[in-house]
Order: sequence, then structure tokens, then C-alpha cells
Amino acid sequence: MHKLIVAAAAALTVLGGAASAQESIKIGYIDPLSGGGASVGEGGLKTFQYLADELNAKGGILGHKVEIVPLDNKTNPQESLVQAQKAVDAGVRYITQGNGSSVGAALEDFVTKNNSRNPGKEVLYFNYAAVDPSMTNEKCSYWHFRWDANSDIKMEALTNYMKGQPTIKKVYLINMDYSFGQSVRAAARKMLGEKRPDIQVVGDELHPMLKVTDFSPYIAKIKASGADTVVTGNWGQDFALLLKAAADAGLKVNWYTYYAGGAGGPTAIKQTGLENQVFQISEGVPNSGNKAAMDFEKDFRAKTGISVWYPRAVNEMRMFKAAAEKANSIDPVKVAAALEGMKFEVFDGGEGFIRKDDHQFFQPIYISSFGSLADKAKEPFDEENTGWGWHIVSKIDTEQTMLPTTCNMKRP
Amino acid sequence: MAELIVISTLNGVLFGMLLFLLSSGLTVIFSMMGVLNFAHASFYMLGAFFGYQLTRWIGFWPALVLAPLLVGAVGMAVERYGLRNTHKHGHVAELLLTFGLAFAIEEIVSMIWGKSPVDYRVPAALDFPAFTVFSTNYPAYKIFMLVVSVVIFIALLVTLKRTRVGLIVQAALTHPSMVGHLGHNVGRVFMLVFGVGSALAGLAGVIAGPSLVTQSDMAAFLGPILFVVIVFGGLGSLPGAFIASLLIGLIQTFAVALNGSLASVFGPLDPSLGASPLTDIWNVTIAQIAPILPYLLLVLVLIFRPMGLLGTRES
Repeated sequence: MHKLIVAAAAALTVLGGAASAQESIKIGYIDPLSGGGASVGEGGLKTFQYLADELNAKGGILGHKVEIVPLDNKTNPQESLVQAQKAVDAGVRYITQGNGSSVGAALEDFVTKNNSRNPGKEVLYFNYAAVDPSMTNEKCSYWHFRWDANSDIKMEALTNYMKGQPTIKKVYLINMDYSFGQSVRAAARKMLGEKRPDIQVVGDELHPMLKVTDFSPYIAKIKASGADTVVTGNWGQDFALLLKAAADAGLKVNWYTYYAGGAGGPTAIKQTGLENQVFQISEGVPNSGNKAAMDFEKDFRAKTGISVWYPRAVNEMRMFKAAAEKANSIDPVKVAAALEGMKFEVFDGGEGFIRKDDHQFFQPIYISSFGSLADKAKEPFDEENTGWGWHIVSKIDTEQTMLPTTCNMKRP
Repeated sequence: MAELIVISTLNGVLFGMLLFLLSSGLTVIFSMMGVLNFAHASFYMLGAFFGYQLTRWIGFWPALVLAPLLVGAVGMAVERYGLRNTHKHGHVAELLLTFGLAFAIEEIVSMIWGKSPVDYRVPAALDFPAFTVFSTNYPAYKIFMLVVSVVIFIALLVTLKRTRVGLIVQAALTHPSMVGHLGHNVGRVFMLVFGVGSALAGLAGVIAGPSLVTQSDMAAFLGPILFVVIVFGGLGSLPGAFIASLLIGLIQTFAVALNGSLASVFGPLDPSLGASPLTDIWNVTIAQIAPILPYLLLVLVLIFRPMGLLGTRES
């Protein structure tokens, strides 16, 4: 009798184990699916769903299927916390977010608090695009990993390129009025001042985030300032509408941007007729020449109808799988330990790694310009059916992107 | 500088006229029925979405006529079957009805058309620069918007001041019960006015849709500004709404163009004071506070002239 019970218990354990092996890994995708940020938020959701399908087609992660749980945060930090709590209550142990550093900082704080209060129920925050430097510096958290180069790294690379452009004389800064926009403007002022003291900053604008529907008053102001170059960290609708207003007014300047490639951006640039005058800094370019990445791009476009805006999201999901396999566990604590210091061959080729000190991922980054594509065989991808596409003008290797951090990491 | 002034004036007048298309209906409805219609901006949004959908089906020009008529019909239905029934329960019930309606319309719109912006484009026939001031192009579509608003403004003025219908409406504005005693069907006047007001909001939506962004939260953006306009102009006063619309359009546009801050007037703060909330306030520019200026104005008007610029009643 006693033996029978033991056997039954053992059988149950085995059964239970089998059941949990089939349990899916839920990733809470907390980003705007309504309001001003929706156009990019929906693109991000499609990207993650595609990546989850890709993983699942190859057997998932350690036999677990990956499931993306979309949660609409309306680009609002408070709403994000509500959604994050909802996700955690529903058993989500991994959250991912990108749009808005104000949201990112709130979520980083959320996971830190949640994990210290609920040992055994830790949650990891995978950040694919919130680039405020403070998130891996003074506000850094062990439970946060960032796959996008932070704003200072990007500005460092952009200004290094601008340094060699003698035609730049008068620069206008226009940014969204929140932590990220403020860090872009501060970094641009500081770095341009050091590298090209002769450049005059003729305007420094902060506008309400994702609330402006007509940028023509701002464009009139840029025009009146006599600027020849505009530097902006605007994304989503705030970039597309800014360029649309510039096109309507016939403003002819160079644009140095972080996120010109997002929804509506390429169409608006084409409308301005500014060929090869709009630059973007990113960790990947569709026409990178990397065979695997370009094959991925082709299939991705066919299935989702958008371009690969987020090569970093590809890195994120693939590294998640690699880390889980290295740890042989899908427990967030073990995955986090495996991710620390991890090296990885990135989407567009070259090696990247997660720095243990601040959980920032370092990778090669590229400056590209937008215009007609001369050689269709080499550069087959245009954007939003404009006939124009991204063309690499400069590559920055991993080692040159490494800025110091002030992070004082508290490890569990 | 001259260029900035000319372009900002054009932009400001354009935004002001758009506000007037919306606020004219709202203010007339308020003074007649005593109902502050919270759903008014929702009719504007409906106009934009109807315009978008009809443009895809039958083209922009028929949509320009049909969409406002449809919105007007929706407005009349709301008055006939909603407001008229709640009227006997007093103004609070009516207010709550329009409040609920605003949310319902927003949800229905996002259910049908989704939550992200729809691709509502400027018609090809108007997609060219109309003229060049100094070196800035001014889009033909914006001129078209301006012309439509001015035409509507004149038509409204003539109807109210020169026709019999206008006479009754004007009488009903100030003495609704007397008009009823004289044998006019006040109910029908109310329904028509509500319909026309909604149709005007719808028209504003159809023409603003391609230029601004057509999405399910556009009503929430514009709604609060409308209340500022009608309170500022004086509740129930059409000329007041007109002046207030233009003024707020110009203020918002010009505030963006100004860089002045306390620091630029009085010089920067002593750096030894360090970073504090005071330095933030000291350095904030007028451009940055542009979005809150209309509300600041609302507060000031309510304190110093509660009846508004040209208002006559204290309510």
C-alpha cells in the first residue's frame, strides 16, 4: 500500500513535470496600442509576435512555447504600472517595452520593487528601445536589460559623424518634452560644443510629447532661425508629422535623427524631396549586406507588411533563448544570471555583449542616409513603397560605442 | 522675422477658424437648451472618420458634402431620442447623457476603425503649394480649409441675421419660453439647431482630418479647448465665439514661436544656487507652456469677467 502511494506520487510528479514543460512562456508586451504612439506600438507588437512564431517553429525555448501578451499602456507611465501588475498577476514573468523612457523608468522601478517584495516570483524587464541614459546609470537595476544603444552612445556617434561635415554651421534642436528628449538635447549641446565649437545652436525646442498634430508653427520657427541642420530624437507620430509639416513648407535642411525609419517617417521624408539629407542612427539597416539578416528582412516584410524597425528586438528574443538554454531554466533569476556578460552574434553581423556593470548591450551601430538606391541587387529594400531606402554611410564598431557607466548595481 | 509673423498669422487664423466651426455650434446649442454638449468634439471626430470612409468609397468631394449631413442626422437623432427625453429630468441628466455619449462614440469609433491613425490623405487635386511667402511654401489644402471656414462663417451670419429662421433662433437664444408661447415649435427648432451644430462640427472634422491626424482620441484633444473658447467668448455669444476662436488660434501659434523665458528677461540665475525647481521655472520658455496658455486664460476670464468677452448672461 505504502509503495503504491509513493509510486502514485512519483507518477504525479512526472506528469506534473510534463505539464509544466508544455506551459508557455508569457512575455508581457507593454507599449502603446492606442493614442499618439499606437503606430509604432503596433509595429513593435507585430515584430515580437513574428519573433515568437519564429522561436516556436523551432520548438520554442527549452520546449516551452513563447506567447506575447499585448498590453496597451497609452504611452503613460501610470497606465503601464497598472498593466504590468495585471500581467504579473496573470503569471507573466517577463515584460518587454520600448516606447518612452518615462514609461521605461517606471517599469524599471516596478520590477525592482516587485522582485524584492516577492522572492520566488521575480520578473525581468527586457527593454528594446527606451534609451534614457539614466536607466543604466544612476537608476540602473539588476532586473533590467537594455538592447538598444542608449541616447548618449547614439549622440556620441552622430556628433562624431557631424564633426566631419564642414557644411554644418547652424544647428536647431527639436525634441519631445520628457526625459529622453531632454537627454538628447543636453547631450547634443555638450558634444557639439566639444567637437565643433564653431557650430552655432540657433534653436533648442521642446514640444509636448505625442500631442502636437500640426507642426507648422515649429517649422516656421526653424525656418526663421536660419538653421541648416536639425537634430531630433523624435519618434513615431512626432517624427512623421514634423517631417510632413517640413515638406508642406518646403524647409530644406539636413536632418540628424534617431528614429526616422519608424511608421510614416520614410513617406514624409520622400515628400520633402530631401534625398540623402536625412540621417538615422541605428543598430541595423535593411540593406546591410548581411545575407542572413536580409533573408530575415524579406520574409518579415512578406508576413507583417512592415520593415524590421527593431533588429534589437531580434537580438533580444534570440539572446533570451540562448540565455535560457545556457541556464537550462526559464526561471527569470537564472536567465538574468546567464544574460550577464553574455556575448552574442548580432542580427546584422558582428559581436555584441551585455556589460555586467549596467546591463547595457553593446553592439555595432550604423549611420545611414535615406535616398534612392543605385544598385537594386545590393540594396534591394526600399521603405513604405517610396522607392527610397537606407544606405549605410558610417559604421561604428562595438568597442567605440562603450561609454563609461555610473551604475552601482545591487545584486540579489 | 517678418516671415515668421506672416506664416504664424496664417496658421493661427486657420486654427482659429477651425475652432470657430466647432464652437459656433456648441455655443448656440448651449444658449438655447442650456446644455453644455460634452459630445460636441465627438461629432467632430465622427465627421473626420465618416469623411475618411466616404472618401475611400466615393471620393473626397462627395464626402465633403455627405459626411457633415450624416453627422447632422446623428446629432438630430441624439436630440430627438436622447436629450428630449432626459430634458424633463433637468440639466444634470442632459449633461450626463452627453458626457456618456462622448465616451460611447470614442469606443465605437475605435472598435470600427481601430485605435491607430487612419490613412486619410489630402485629395490629390489640392496637394500642391498654393503660394510662397518669402521662401516658405503654403499648402493649397490649408487655403482650402480657410476658404471653407470663412464661407460657412458668412453663411451662418447671413442665416442668423437676415432670415426668418435666424430670427426665431435668435429669439429662442434669449427668450426660449416666449418663443414657445408665440406658437413656434420650439422642440423642432432645438432639433434643427442641434443637427446644424453637429453638422458644422462634422464639417470641421472632414476638412481637418487629412491635415491633422484622424484617430480615435482626436476628440479628447480638442474637446477641452472648445470649452475654453466658448467660456472665453461668452456663453451663447456667436461673435464672442468668433473672436475667442481667432484669439486662441493666434495665441497658441504665436506662443510656440516665442522663445522668451524669465531667464531671458531678467538674466540667468546665479549658478551657485544649483539645480532646483526654481531654475526649471526660470528657464522654461513661452513655447514650452504654449499648450497650457488657453487654460490659464480660461481661469483668468472666469475670475475677472465670468460672463466672458461678449457674454450677457452670468450663467
